Amino acid sequence: MSTLEQTREPKMTEPHDVIPLADACAFIWREAEMLDQQDYKAWLDLWTEKGIYVIPIERDETDYASALNIAYDDAGMRAARVKRLKSGFSMSSAPSARTVRTTSRFVVEPGEDGVTIVRCAQMLVEFKFERTRVVGADVVYRLVRTEGGIAMDGKVVTLLNSDEPLWGVGYLF
Amino acid sequence: MDMPATGGGFADLVQDDRVHTALYKDPAIFDEEMDRIFKNTWVWVGHVSEVPQKGSFKKSWVGQQPVIVTRTKDDEIHVLLNRCRHRAATVCEKMKGKTSVFVCPYHGWSYGLDGKLRAVPHSSVYGEDLDKSQFPLVSLRTEQYNGMIFATFKDDIEPLEDFLGGAKKWIDLFMKQGAGYPVKVLGEHQFRFGGNWKIQLENTTDAYHFPIVHKTFLDSLDAETENVFDVLGQGGWVEDLGNGHSLMVMIPDLVDLEENLDAPIPERFAELAQELRDEGYEDLEVRRIVRAVGGGGFNLNLFPNVACSMAFFRVLRPVSVDETEIRHVAIGMDGGPEAGNRMRMRLHEHFQGPMGFGSPDDAEGWERVQRGAASGDDLWIMVNRGKEPLVDHPAGEAVTDVSAETGMRAAYQMWKRMMSA
Repeated sequence: MSTLEQTREPKMTEPHDVIPLADACAFIWREAEMLDQQDYKAWLDLWTEKGIYVIPIERDETDYASALNIAYDDAGMRAARVKRLKSGFSMSSAPSARTVRTTSRFVVEPGEDGVTIVRCAQMLVEFKFERTRVVGADVVYRLVRTEGGIAMDGKVVTLLNSDEPLWGVGYLF
Repeated sequence: MDMPATGGGFADLVQDDRVHTALYKDPAIFDEEMDRIFKNTWVWVGHVSEVPQKGSFKKSWVGQQPVIVTRTKDDEIHVLLNRCRHRAATVCEKMKGKTSVFVCPYHGWSYGLDGKLRAVPHSSVYGEDLDKSQFPLVSLRTEQYNGMIFATFKDDIEPLEDFLGGAKKWIDLFMKQGAGYPVKVLGEHQFRFGGNWKIQLENTTDAYHFPIVHKTFLDSLDAETENVFDVLGQGGWVEDLGNGHSLMVMIPDLVDLEENLDAPIPERFAELAQELRDEGYEDLEVRRIVRAVGGGGFNLNLFPNVACSMAFFRVLRPVSVDETEIRHVAIGMDGGPEAGNRMRMRLHEHFQGPMGFGSPDDAEGWERVQRGAASGDDLWIMVNRGKEPLVDHPAGEAVTDVSAETGMRAAYQMWKRMMSA
């Protein structure tokens, strides 16, 4: 068997375990719109209770809990972060930079225990104080089926420049 | 140069209670600062735990000049200019790592970790014209105090310990955050803001801003912890320690982390305490670790570029007159319980860095200062708050209110001394 044929061979996973690409894309684009519109309360509802939101520093890190991250949020920290961003008392987020983001280069793969892994590229443009910045990122989602549709059981946003100096960020990636 | 018309040069730009706006925005003053200050004093370049083994290195800066901090096979720490002696290319572009040699990528000159030029490709063409001993990586005078590494361009400067003076006692107290273990760097947050470096220098002993700028951080804490962070209401103080260094004590109870070990363990550390007990740590040791994990109660600002700030090192790097790079270096226990270090990192992430609940608002505030300084060319920055010493304060006769601008005045008097020399 040639190498090419090997790579084309489908993985042996039950079809219903994996969220189809179109559904995953629709979910991620909807999330992207929520974040650009800063509809953060609705964003909180997209999560499972145990899901962790991570913005790592080191690009090859795998054990995020044992490393210093830019953000490492469980449900409690996510709720506190959203409260802070929407409070009106944080000068870096009242107002924050405006953002527009697109996601693409989706790759869907089965994960363990019914989780669907979606890897994608995110390009975000932010604007504040006469300055426009572009931030590229690799994003890995852990998506699960729920009664209400799809939920995030994890999201890791590895910024292209995560291990270099960033700036005060008053929004969510 | 945009200076008041008094004819006294730099000295006239700093008065006892105010500094001129030109200090934030005049590129000519910035260039002089890089020369007269950053090339003439001890500048922090790293912590020993960042070069833990023979062959370890990390990149750093002295002012605007890139350097490499190395540990040689003889266990000596060197600070080398990151510049090949041939045609100037950097010899290291990795942030940190381990190596036995730095090879210039341009023509292959190779250097040892002590800076010595070891080999030059095709050296026969030079004939007698190249004496390798004359072309090492430039090595700066380097000294350490309690794990903090400083370097200087000024070979005849006073010893580091003399320069630190009254700050040494506070460095020793700060290092008690190791809970008896050596202090180790766990990682760092890096960010830049569009403003002059002295705006950040001022901020480290500015308790006045804390309840205003960091309201959303305070709101995110439980009631017990929020009381701990009532920084203006606990009898703290600010003190000029000489040589531009200053101290701001915000939480007097947390000055010495080896005291009050019999106090009740705060609720937010209950889980960690239990985990440590389950791992077999004795009660006293659990209390010692938990108290250290919570961090210290003071900010020690060392002129010109580093602070021991409550629970982390805060390092500034001037990039240009209106751009500054900041590092918030997380520290923990080298060889201590992992659960404790994990909690240190979670606490660090909570406040610090580009997406912390504190740093982005600091950075925005500093940028607003720079933006505001664009108007009012003839105006002054006021640092006159709290000039009178506190009466009958237990910390002594020379201390001022916790929200006084004493630390800024101390730094600017040092600035004046160095810029007038």
